[in-house]
Amino acid sequence: MTGPALRVIEPGLHTTVQDCGRPAGQALGVPVSGALDTETLRLANALVGNPAAEAALEILHLGPVLEVAAEAVRVALGAPAGMLEIDGPGGGHVPPWQTLTLRRGARIAVRGPHRASCAYLAVAGGFDLPAVMGSRATYVRGGFGGLSGRTLAAGDALKLRRDQAAAGPERRLGQPPAEYGMALRVVFGPQDDMFTDAARQTLCSAEYVVTHDADRMGLRLAGPPLRHVAAADIVSDGTAFGAIQVAGDGRPVLLLADRQTTGGYAKIATVCTADLPRAGRLRPNDRVRFAPIDVAAAQALRRWHEWGIQAMIAAITPV
Amino acid sequence: MSGAWPRFLPQGDAALVVEFGAAIDAATNARVLALAEVLTRAPVAGVVATVPTFRSLLLQYDPLVRDFADLVAEMRALLAALPDHAPPSRSVSLPVCYAAELAPDLADIAARLGLSAAAAAGLHAAAEYRVYMLGFLPGFAYMGGLPERLRLPRRATPRVRVPPRSVAIAMEMTAIYPLESPGGWHLIGAAPVRLFDLAADPPTLLRPGDLVRFRAVGRTEYDDLAAAAGLPT
Repeated sequence: MTGPALRVIEPGLHTTVQDCGRPAGQALGVPVSGALDTETLRLANALVGNPAAEAALEILHLGPVLEVAAEAVRVALGAPAGMLEIDGPGGGHVPPWQTLTLRRGARIAVRGPHRASCAYLAVAGGFDLPAVMGSRATYVRGGFGGLSGRTLAAGDALKLRRDQAAAGPERRLGQPPAEYGMALRVVFGPQDDMFTDAARQTLCSAEYVVTHDADRMGLRLAGPPLRHVAAADIVSDGTAFGAIQVAGDGRPVLLLADRQTTGGYAKIATVCTADLPRAGRLRPNDRVRFAPIDVAAAQALRRWHEWGIQAMIAAITPV
Repeated sequence: MSGAWPRFLPQGDAALVVEFGAAIDAATNARVLALAEVLTRAPVAGVVATVPTFRSLLLQYDPLVRDFADLVAEMRALLAALPDHAPPSRSVSLPVCYAAELAPDLADIAARLGLSAAAAAGLHAAAEYRVYMLGFLPGFAYMGGLPERLRLPRRATPRVRVPPRSVAIAMEMTAIYPLESPGGWHLIGAAPVRLFDLAADPPTLLRPGDLVRFRAVGRTEYDDLAAAAGLPT
C-alpha cells in the first residue's frame, strides 16, 4: 500500500496544481504561474485550515472525478457556483464554500465551475509535492511544478501530506463572496501615452467580450479597437498580472498568471489588484467593462478588499 | 530631453516601472542592472520581485505593505546613490550549427540581404553580443549587437512552433529558443546548449551583462555536443 493520495479517475478539462506562483522566477524569464483567482484559492484553503498560499487543484471549465486513497481527507471547493457530487458511502451533493470529509474509497466529482472559468479544490494538509523554485504551481509550457509539470491525467495519484482528517465539525463560510458584475477598475499606464485620447476614452466606455482565445496566459478581448498614436511596439519591458497590452491591430489582451515575463507591446492600463480575482474568473463570451482610477484609489480599494476577505475568513463557522 | 529620466510609472497598484531611457544601449542597461543588484543585496520592504529589462526595472510590490508614492520616494533616494559600475560580465562561447536543415530561414534572409547563406552565417558568428535581459521564456536571453548587415524586421507571420535550441535573429537582436514555442524571429541555426536547467544554480546558462560569441560547428559536432549535453535530437 502506498501513502495517502487522491487518485484521478477523470482529469477534467484542465486541472493543475496551483499556489501563489514563483514571482522571483521572472528575472530568469520564468512566468509567475499560480492561481488565476488567488482570492478563491485563499478562501478554500482557509476552510480546510491551510495557510493562504497552500497549493490546491485549479479546475478550469470542467471538473475532475477523484477517489480517496487515504483513511480520510477533508476537502473544500471554492467556486462561485458548482458542487461536489459524492459517489459511494454517504453520497449526495455538497455545495461550494464548505468542507467535506471523505473516507477511503469515496469518489467525488467536481461539477462545474459555473459562472467562472476556475474553481479550487483544497485538501487539508495539502499535497505532498516538491517545490520548484519555491512554488508548487504548475507551469505547463515549461513542464515543471505541480504534478510533473502538466495537467492531471487519468490514473495519476496526488500524494497527500496527511492520512487522517482533522477531528471536529465541518466548516463553512458565513456568506459566499459577492459576485458582482461591475466594471474592472484599471490604473492607466505604463504606456497609456502611446494611445490616442479616443482610445483611452473607448477603453473606459465600451463593452468588451472575452473571446475563445483565452487561457492561463491571457484573454483576448473583442470590441472597439484601441488605436496607438504611432507604433504599438515598445522596447520590451516587464509585465504585471492584469496588464492590458495592445498590439498593432488595436485588440486588447488582458495578461494573467502564465503571462510572458516581458512583452513588446504597449500596455494601456492595468487592472487593479482588488479586481484581479474577478478578471481571473472571466470566461469566453463574458462581457467586461473597465473604469479608470488612480494608483492611490486602487491601493485604498485593495485595503478595503483585503478587510472583506479577512472578515469572511473570520466568519467561517461550524456547520 | 534632459531631466526626463528616470521615469517612475505605475503598472497597476502592485508594480512600479523605473525607466532609465528609451533606447537599447549598454549604459542604460547597466543602470537597470545596478539598481536590480542593489535591491537584491539590500531588499526593500514590500518588494516581492524585480524584473530587469533593456531600459527599465519592474518592481512588483505588496500594496498592503507599500504605497506607490512612498516606494517612488525610496527609489529616488536609492538612485541618487546608485553605483556607477556595471555588474561584472562574463565571456561566454556557444556552439552554433548553421546547417540548412537546422536553419529554415537562413537561405531566404541571406537572399533578401544580398548575401550567400555562408556569408550571413559567417557575419553572425563573427560578432560579439551582449545579453541585455532574460524574458519571454525560461532562460531566453535577448542578445544585442547583431551586425547592421543582418538586420531585418520580425517575420510578418510568426511561426506557431519554433523548435527548441533554434538560433534566431530579428532587428538588432539574436537569441536562442530554450523551449518549443511560437516565435516571430528568423531561424538561422541551432545551438546544442541547455539554456535553462532546474538542476543548475542559477538555472539559466546566460545572465544579463554576459558577452557572448558563437562558434560555428558542423552537423556531426552539433550532434555530438547535443548528445553529450543529454539533449533530445
